[in-house]
Amino acid sequence: MVEFWQNLHPAVQLFLKGIAVVLVIFPLGGIGSLAERKISAAMQGRPGPNRAIPIWFRWVPVLGPFLQRLGVFHLMADGLKMLFKEDALPGHVNKFYFVAAPILAMIPALTTVTAVPFGAYLNGQGELVPLVLANLDVGILAVFAVSSLGVYSLIIAGWASNSKYPFLGGIRASAQLISYELSMTLSVLPVFLWINAPGTNGSLSLFNVVQFQSGTSFLGGMWFFFLMPVSAVVFLVSLFAETNRLPFDMAEGEADLVGGFHTEYGAFKWGLFFVAEYAHMIVGSGVFVLLFLGGWNPLPWLPLEKVLGWMGVASNPFIFGIASIVVFLTKVLFFIFVFMWVRWTVPRFRYDQVMRLGWQKLLPLAIGNLLFYAAAIAIIELQLAVWAWVALAAATIVALFAILRPQSRTAL
Amino acid sequence: MAYVVERKPLSLSERLYIPQVLAGMKTTLKHFFAPNVTMEYPEQRPAIPPGYRGVPTLVKDPHGREKCVSCQLCEFVCPPKAIRITPGEIPADAANAHVEKGPKAFDIDMLRCIYCGLCQEVCPEEAIWLQNQYSMSGYTREEMVNNKERLYELGGTLPDQHFKWDKKKAAEQRGNAHH
Repeated sequence: MVEFWQNLHPAVQLFLKGIAVVLVIFPLGGIGSLAERKISAAMQGRPGPNRAIPIWFRWVPVLGPFLQRLGVFHLMADGLKMLFKEDALPGHVNKFYFVAAPILAMIPALTTVTAVPFGAYLNGQGELVPLVLANLDVGILAVFAVSSLGVYSLIIAGWASNSKYPFLGGIRASAQLISYELSMTLSVLPVFLWINAPGTNGSLSLFNVVQFQSGTSFLGGMWFFFLMPVSAVVFLVSLFAETNRLPFDMAEGEADLVGGFHTEYGAFKWGLFFVAEYAHMIVGSGVFVLLFLGGWNPLPWLPLEKVLGWMGVASNPFIFGIASIVVFLTKVLFFIFVFMWVRWTVPRFRYDQVMRLGWQKLLPLAIGNLLFYAAAIAIIELQLAVWAWVALAAATIVALFAILRPQSRTAL
Repeated sequence: MAYVVERKPLSLSERLYIPQVLAGMKTTLKHFFAPNVTMEYPEQRPAIPPGYRGVPTLVKDPHGREKCVSCQLCEFVCPPKAIRITPGEIPADAANAHVEKGPKAFDIDMLRCIYCGLCQEVCPEEAIWLQNQYSMSGYTREEMVNNKERLYELGGTLPDQHFKWDKKKAAEQRGNAHH
């Protein structure tokens, strides 16, 4: 089996791996939409979708009603509806770009997955090998670069729809993405400053970040969420904004923009936008988990290798791979839940508040955070005396007071 | 009189925003695990309060006779003209014969009915009642027109001990045409 796989042409191997990943991400997007409906319903004290059932499942005694109650058949019904509904193409749109926009939405959503390692296994030599389509040294840069292409689909959809609300939605989406992309990237920089010590071969690979969190010593096994909480929070907030999720779904905002950029869309084209949003969420939470929550390590200071070592199966690449994927996907799915949880907690921001939060709060915070860790790393590396720490602490406190000073009532 | 609500300056935790969001998330999580508060309609039905004005129906008296005498007052008073009555005679030898007439056909178009209850108010025989049936649905317009059989099926029998027609008939047989 393994030899057969390794004897395949590398291009065929890559193709099959790519298909496998798409076959995981696409259904996860669908499951995301079902989970969204069920979780939203549970938070609002109602049962949610629980009606649809194909006739041959009705005959299964216990499982049938249970699955019906769970609403899993609604997923099927939704998919069939999207496929067979009349796919109206409004007469006033630019047809080429109108049709291209949903396809453009899917491409970056499925492409970013290539640089995200979703597991690892130990090879024969006892080295950890990432389960990733392309273990790029520019990992995080590739993810940011490609995922930010997703906004083109929103802008093109908004523009090609040739009507007011989609146009406003597209504008908002682009402005919001630019604003939050800055703080997102700046918030991640301290992590890479930390793991790329001077004099070593620098790498932006996400795999290396997880490797760095897989130790057992105090600093080595500590997840970056605890080491750099401000980075993590800024990154998470930016992630919400980048994926256009509530409270930042300015591009859609039913209350003020009807449906935003996808007002003119229906049926399968609309569904592609929807799945793309979930794919973005999955990849985004995956990156967050890899960067700040230790990737496939079950607990801080407790790498997966050690856990499997206790069970005596660490040398089995298959079990190691499956276990790492399970731990990683569990964390990612938890974050999908957090996305929905926050959706029903925080009301949607006003657009000026979104801009103010992005430029006046998160960006200074991210820059200050970057400066703080740059200084801290310099102090550690140069082995400066205590006075350097004192100076850094004083500067931090001053900066905090500057950011947290009481604002006038027009502020956020 | 309009007055200005002073907006209090935000406290530190409110300005940090994160503790407030976390507190909110705690609340929503509580709701996530709380039991559902909805009534699942087709399986569970709400308790209908007495005097509820649902679908208009025709009722029979405890002897199983039609009360309706096809006076057409309800048809006349009905604001959306939902009621259509075709008056008819009751044969003298019929089991339910009495001194008055009965409707040959009685249709209520539920697509028009506005549940105002005027038909019930105006009916001199208390034959038409808005009862507690509130759920009408159908796949065609024809299905939504309640004919006489359907109206009696919905209405059933009211346990009204005032047998007006027995008294009237007895009076007639005594030779007193007008009581």
